[in-house]
Amino acid sequence: MLDRLNEDFRFFQQSLALRAQRQEVLSSNIANADTPNYKARDFDFRTAMQNAMDAGMRLPDTQLTLTSARHIPAKAASPGPPELLYRLPYQPSLDGNTVDMDVERVQFADNTLHYQSTMQVLSGRIRTMMAAIQE
Amino acid sequence: MSLLSIFSIAGSALSAQSQRMNVAASNMANADSVVGPDGQPYRARQVVFQVDPAGGQAAGQEIGGVRVAGVIQDSSPLKRVYDPKHPMADAEGYVNMPNVDPVAETVNMIAASRSYQANVEVLNTAKSLMQKTLTIGQS
Repeated sequence: MLDRLNEDFRFFQQSLALRAQRQEVLSSNIANADTPNYKARDFDFRTAMQNAMDAGMRLPDTQLTLTSARHIPAKAASPGPPELLYRLPYQPSLDGNTVDMDVERVQFADNTLHYQSTMQVLSGRIRTMMAAIQE
Repeated sequence: MSLLSIFSIAGSALSAQSQRMNVAASNMANADSVVGPDGQPYRARQVVFQVDPAGGQAAGQEIGGVRVAGVIQDSSPLKRVYDPKHPMADAEGYVNMPNVDPVAETVNMIAASRSYQANVEVLNTAKSLMQKTLTIGQS
């Protein structure tokens, strides 16, 4: 039963984790808005979420034991954190910095809103489950 | 790596930007200081920012705050002002004045304060997100 609950919340948990990570990347961009040669980073949330959800369908991290030299090593490993990409500069500045404050601020606000809405939905979900348990 | 590290990232930017503002203020204040502690005219100083990635991150994927790598002296030539009655005037009657550009310093100051504000905003957002996260599933 608890396993089902966990499975039910996993999507939101994953989404929140990725949103928090994106928030961090964006805050790093804003912090380094004046650092020469800093390149703005970001990742595609949709792809990262897709990867994370696909990972849930796969085997947990396992590795085959090798008892003979002729065994073929095989393992199932979950993909690491989402790959950070570089933002394409719209108006590159002379010092090699590609942070566009407007873009970053908009993305930051957008990400904040998404984080909050995910949390709202998760809260509602938890409340529904609570109601079901207590009835 | 979580919302908590946003505090250190934005916090590092706050201190770096305030140091930049300090340097700009020092430059402005000393725009007319003909003699510094070393007997030479004051030279404008500039901060150099550098990314300060937190440890334990994959290569090429580092994100992090910012730190002041150093404060460098502006090597541009000093302003020479003709004032034979000045006690520091040389044989030709010229006085070496600091190479501070007040306009550039003002711009620097405004840019620093805007960046500071942006990071305060980031900090506040992260704080409210964390507070909301703490009350998840309640009421």
